[in-house]
Amino acid sequence: MRKLRRFLKRLTWARSRRDEERLRAEIREHLAFQIEDNLRAGMPPEEARRKALLKFGAVEAIKEDCREQRALPFADALLHETRHALRRLRKSPAFTATVVLTLALGIGSTAAIFSVVDGVLLKPLPYSHPEQLVAVWLTAPGMNIKDLNPSPSLYFTVADQNRSFQNLGLYTDVSRNITGYGEPEHVAGLDVTDGLLGTLGVTPVLGRPFTSSDAEPGTPDTVILTYGYWRRKFGGDGDTVGKAITVDGKRRQIVGVLPQSFHFGGPDLALLIPVQLDRAKTLLGNFSFYGIARLKPGVTLAGADADVARLLPVMLRSFPPPPGYTTKIFEDARIAPNLRTLKQDVIGDVGNVLWVLMGGIGLVLLIACANVANLLLVRVEGRRQELAVRAALGAGRGRIAAQMLLEGIILALLGSALGLMLADFAVRALVAIAPADLPRLNEIAVDGTVVLFTLGVSFFVVLLIALVPVLKYTGASVGTGLRESGRSMSESRERHRSRSVLVMVQVALALVLLVSAGLMIRTFRALTRVDPGFAAPSEIQTFRVEITENQVKDPVHVVRTEQEILEKIKAVPGVSSAGFSLSVPMDGDEWSDSVLARDHASASGEVPLHRYRFVAPGFFKTLGTPLVAGRDFTWSDMFNLQAPVAIVSEKLAREYWRDPRTAVGKQIRATTKDGWHEVIGVVGDIHDDGVDKPAPSSVYWPILTHFGGIDAMVIRFGVVSIRSPRAASEAFMIQLRQAVWSVDSDLPLADVHTLDYYERASTARVSFTLVMLALAGGMALLLGIIGLYGVISYSVSQRIHEMGIRAALGAQQADILKLIAGQGFRLTLTGVAIGVATALALTRFLSSLLYGVEAADPLTFVAVSLILTGVALVASCIPARRAAKVDPIVALRYE
Amino acid sequence: MDEKRDKKDVLQGTLALMVLKTLDVLGPMHGYRIARRIEQISGELLAVNQGTLYPVLLKLEQEGSIASEWGISENNRRARFYRLTRQGRRQLHAEKHEWDETAAIIARFFAVKAEDFK
Repeated sequence: MRKLRRFLKRLTWARSRRDEERLRAEIREHLAFQIEDNLRAGMPPEEARRKALLKFGAVEAIKEDCREQRALPFADALLHETRHALRRLRKSPAFTATVVLTLALGIGSTAAIFSVVDGVLLKPLPYSHPEQLVAVWLTAPGMNIKDLNPSPSLYFTVADQNRSFQNLGLYTDVSRNITGYGEPEHVAGLDVTDGLLGTLGVTPVLGRPFTSSDAEPGTPDTVILTYGYWRRKFGGDGDTVGKAITVDGKRRQIVGVLPQSFHFGGPDLALLIPVQLDRAKTLLGNFSFYGIARLKPGVTLAGADADVARLLPVMLRSFPPPPGYTTKIFEDARIAPNLRTLKQDVIGDVGNVLWVLMGGIGLVLLIACANVANLLLVRVEGRRQELAVRAALGAGRGRIAAQMLLEGIILALLGSALGLMLADFAVRALVAIAPADLPRLNEIAVDGTVVLFTLGVSFFVVLLIALVPVLKYTGASVGTGLRESGRSMSESRERHRSRSVLVMVQVALALVLLVSAGLMIRTFRALTRVDPGFAAPSEIQTFRVEITENQVKDPVHVVRTEQEILEKIKAVPGVSSAGFSLSVPMDGDEWSDSVLARDHASASGEVPLHRYRFVAPGFFKTLGTPLVAGRDFTWSDMFNLQAPVAIVSEKLAREYWRDPRTAVGKQIRATTKDGWHEVIGVVGDIHDDGVDKPAPSSVYWPILTHFGGIDAMVIRFGVVSIRSPRAASEAFMIQLRQAVWSVDSDLPLADVHTLDYYERASTARVSFTLVMLALAGGMALLLGIIGLYGVISYSVSQRIHEMGIRAALGAQQADILKLIAGQGFRLTLTGVAIGVATALALTRFLSSLLYGVEAADPLTFVAVSLILTGVALVASCIPARRAAKVDPIVALRYE
Repeated sequence: MDEKRDKKDVLQGTLALMVLKTLDVLGPMHGYRIARRIEQISGELLAVNQGTLYPVLLKLEQEGSIASEWGISENNRRARFYRLTRQGRRQLHAEKHEWDETAAIIARFFAVKAEDFK
């Protein structure tokens, strides 16, 4: 306690001029008193003064003692040693640069990946009390639906009678046409219930949020803009609230603008429109919304689940089933709540990829540390004699250890600072190449948390890199140090051991990373070999159009307009075919439902789901999907509502009728309310969920048909696909726009992409992981090989003398080559063996990312081991050749 | 070098205890008076090196055992006066106790005669 107090006092006292002044004054007074006393004792003045000084003692020595008492010996020593260490590092710029760069790469890449992990997985969502937010999901095991969206009937029931939620909101994403304000455009929007913004805890920066009156049917139409769209469309004009825009042909008054910090859904979200649910007309069903709720304080997820479970039977009693359905159908679906935290919902399963990357980059950091530790060992080795002399002269062990530690700290801090700069750069690059489905991209940045993490990492790095030489050399006794560094001794085995261990660790870790990268390469190759069900997607131009009810009311007329658009497009030079459909493969816009076959009684209880797609003639030809049996749709099929037809995929045909050819002529329908559709054709399977997922069995309905109890259901909002070698060129798009606008000048074109955009997006995660792991593996290989080369060539330089003796005694060049290269080879083989064992244990964490390849794929393991061994052999042969060429006379004379 | 330092430490420790005791008995006083007082009682200890008192005073002040302030001395000179703090009094007590104990043990050892072991 007293020591601590003294230390603190010393800290605050420091050595200020005032303290010096005080001491001088005190000494002056002391001497004056003494002189006075001496004078009084009868001494002559000169004598009195001399005696006083004599009695006081050496004034300067006393002052120095006091100074020492005041000063901070520790801080002084630290400053002194730091200056020393810096000078030493400056003297060997190559060493310092290598170490700092290696550490910067290791620490920087770790910090970069951590920024992503932190931004996506760890950081709380950017809403107030995000831990209270839950995503409302249901599940329906009776219908084989794992995640069932909430419905309006559920919303009303839960909103009125729940005990768990402060607030509840539903939303659904709907893209909207904006007209009458510059070029017509198609923007992303959300239809929301009035509770959504309140649930998220978001208030508009301008205007007001939606209120319950906005949600009532028959009230004036309103809209809220996002900050980004407000800036883009209205230039951030403060008078925007109160103005009106035309959304899907309907005038809507702008009542609010959301804050810039509002990030929800995609980055391009433009506007929010109140969804007007009419309680009186609400039926069971329509499970098509997304729901977010805010838990009351103290309510757990399980508690909320139980609350919703209690309300589900109430819902079934309170609302009538849609026509053609009975309440029993819903009871049989065994609907149950499936709430999860909003964060979990947003993040999804991307954590897998990110933790794998974090682990991989951690290995790279370890390798970098091993490399640096090795360099430090070699460096300390060089100072061995100096250290021994210092120890012999009385320098404490602690002092020498502190020196080494300090050098490590300085190097780690320099490396971290440079690493953080690298990380900032790398994070920008990462965000640019990250898969589009990576959530919370906008929240990834090098921030305080990342800096703290980096500091933690550098602390860890210091431990790793500085402790090895400290442990190794401060323990050695003075005698060995002096003796061993004598001239004519050859390198001892013992001194070499720790460096060899480090190299083996490096080789092992590099192997783990390279195997992971290799597995991802095999996955990627397996994916590219899968036939997606369409051909040359880069030559298929797609874009979305929508013909709203305000533009064309009559369904038949809608199809005529769509046909006319396709005809105009086909006239554009370079177009070989064009099609129209509700969605295109892999665009994520999927619709699955049951299919009833007339000659095929469905097994009771379980309703298998099939992929629905509504298509116009020309779709299959444009995509290059082969016709297996029967024929394609014609335009007369579209208009002939009396003789409805359908096309099925080969897989569905096999499931129902075993042979695709026998499927033609069979009859199917979606619900019992519809007429039977005759199967006129069977087409090849399309991997609609991405090439890594099995192709769903699919039904293709006409874009105008009697469907789901609707007499004439027409697809108004769909994707035009065009096959042309000119796809993706700007000139081509201009001509396509003109073609569309020659039919209707108010039709905006949205989501302009070639089909391979969607295909790439479906494999984006695999390729992202592949690129990152390959980068990490490459770095690991490079660092590992440099480490091996360094150790072998250092060992050669130390054994020149020994080689000279061997050569003098008649050893052939080949013998020496074998001796040295054999040393590297043994290290590598041991490292590879350890690495294979480690990789076998670790790659199972990768298995969820793999496709068409086992986590313990022998080919990858063998190939990587061979490559690594080969490269290592080359790396150790270079110094070995140098050793073999040693001229014995030169080597011995040099000594 | 270490031996020299040890001796210095012992001297400092002894001096510190004397300073505390002096201030305890005689109340606040300035450096010269403390030195004179110790000299009077101990004779040898400060006869040559009065200055060594100052690092000790500084140390005690840093530890909080004594406090100091400028004042006017009996012969109208500006001087720095040291006084014992509450903590200093506690420290004095503790160290006196320790000292007594050590002294008692040592005394017992010297009192022992050879025949006592027979």
